[in-house]
Amino acid sequence: MRLMANESAYDFETRLRQHQLELQPQTVETLQINMGRLCNQTCLHCHVSAGPDRAGEQMSRDTVDSCLAILARYPEIVKLDITGGAPELNEHFRHVVESAAGLGRHVMVRHNLTVTLDPHPVTGESMDWLPAFFAENKLEVVSSLPYWSSYFTDRQRGSGTFDRSIESIRLLNERGYGIEHSGLVLDLVYNPAGAFLPLGQEQLKKDFERELMQNYGLSFNRLYTITNMPINRFREMLERRDAFEEYMEKLVGAFNPCAAGGVMCRNLVSVGWDGRLYDCDFNQMKGLRIDIGGPVHVGNFDLKKVLDRRIVFGEHCFGCTAGAGSSCTGEIS
Amino acid sequence: MMNYFESDDLKKFPAIGKFRGELARKFFEYYGKVMDEDGALTRREKALIALAVAHAQKCPYCIDAYTEACLSNGADPEQMSEAVHVAATMMAGITLVHNVQMLNKLDKLGV
Ligand code: SF4
Ligand code: SF4
Repeated sequence: MRLMANESAYDFETRLRQHQLELQPQTVETLQINMGRLCNQTCLHCHVSAGPDRAGEQMSRDTVDSCLAILARYPEIVKLDITGGAPELNEHFRHVVESAAGLGRHVMVRHNLTVTLDPHPVTGESMDWLPAFFAENKLEVVSSLPYWSSYFTDRQRGSGTFDRSIESIRLLNERGYGIEHSGLVLDLVYNPAGAFLPLGQEQLKKDFERELMQNYGLSFNRLYTITNMPINRFREMLERRDAFEEYMEKLVGAFNPCAAGGVMCRNLVSVGWDGRLYDCDFNQMKGLRIDIGGPVHVGNFDLKKVLDRRIVFGEHCFGCTAGAGSSCTGEIS
Repeated sequence: MMNYFESDDLKKFPAIGKFRGELARKFFEYYGKVMDEDGALTRREKALIALAVAHAQKCPYCIDAYTEACLSNGADPEQMSEAVHVAATMMAGITLVHNVQMLNKLDKLGV
């Protein structure tokens, strides 16, 4: 098949039409903010292509305050989901968490575990205050752990990551995270360590629970399985192995109309580190801005316009609708 | 040049129902019921058994398919390699236990 420039062989919107699916926004239940691309790690599959060398791309205090103003103005936005990079490395992290918690919002942080143990990549500051800070503010902690042993984890996230992740989960458990009835939630996220699709969230959860408890005495609350999105670093890896088409065919072949109904962009808006708005974190990484006519910045956010928008879909959306579904909220059962 | 065992041919597996389709349908239904559901064994355990059988039967299609199925169902390369060693030891054991037959025959021949 010959394609024109910018044309994709994998047409998501056509597939939606074939299933008579119209995916319009339903709510903005969650405001997801990307604090920046600075990270202490450089994982192979990272859809943000984050790393220690990306200190220039950090959310400013003004943008943080605009996000908080949105929460203050719209009580129907009940959750704040903080991502990065490693969002904890942004100097305004404490401010945003404390203010959002003060506004009565449920606050979630995408926490990579090792950030607690590594020095800050720019300032060298110790980050060991994180578990206590999370607990004080009752943050929901969502952390990637690609497997319950070192092989997959270290391959994907760098040598030694597994042992340090275990150490960091121990510190969270000590604060009550992942412990029954403590009210402090620690969720783990499993994503495949290669170009294959995840299956069986329930069985994996049992395996993770058994192995982490038996081998390390550790516990957690939920396990989410997510599919690797064919963008940025993961896409580059696929292309290097001449496996991009094969992976896309797998995603397209596993299209699940039921999972399509649950894609996260229907209930969320994503804010980039520079304050621009997007339908989701993945569109943000692809530079596909929210479509509500003209450039949109968090400073002139209008909920009604956002709810009336058409979501911008692309070939990468097949990553959200493959198999049991993903969209960073895990398998839908 | 045409080769036996083109990996793309695995996609044509459903074509075995071209004739007497109802028999193929029964097979695929049975296959799906056994392999795609957790039962007394989990799908991960079944995929590991299938991977071992694929090696013992030297089927390149099944080795490809079940390498991926094992990963998708949460197995890691150590478990998968161990499953292949189970197949290998069984194959060796099966060969060697037949040696008893040879010994019986030698005995009968008075050797
Ligand atoms: S996946 Fe997360 S921890 Fe890994 S480099 Fe990206 S942002 Fe950092
Ligand atoms: S990639 Fe984003 S826009 Fe596409 S379906 Fe997933 S959440 Fe929606």
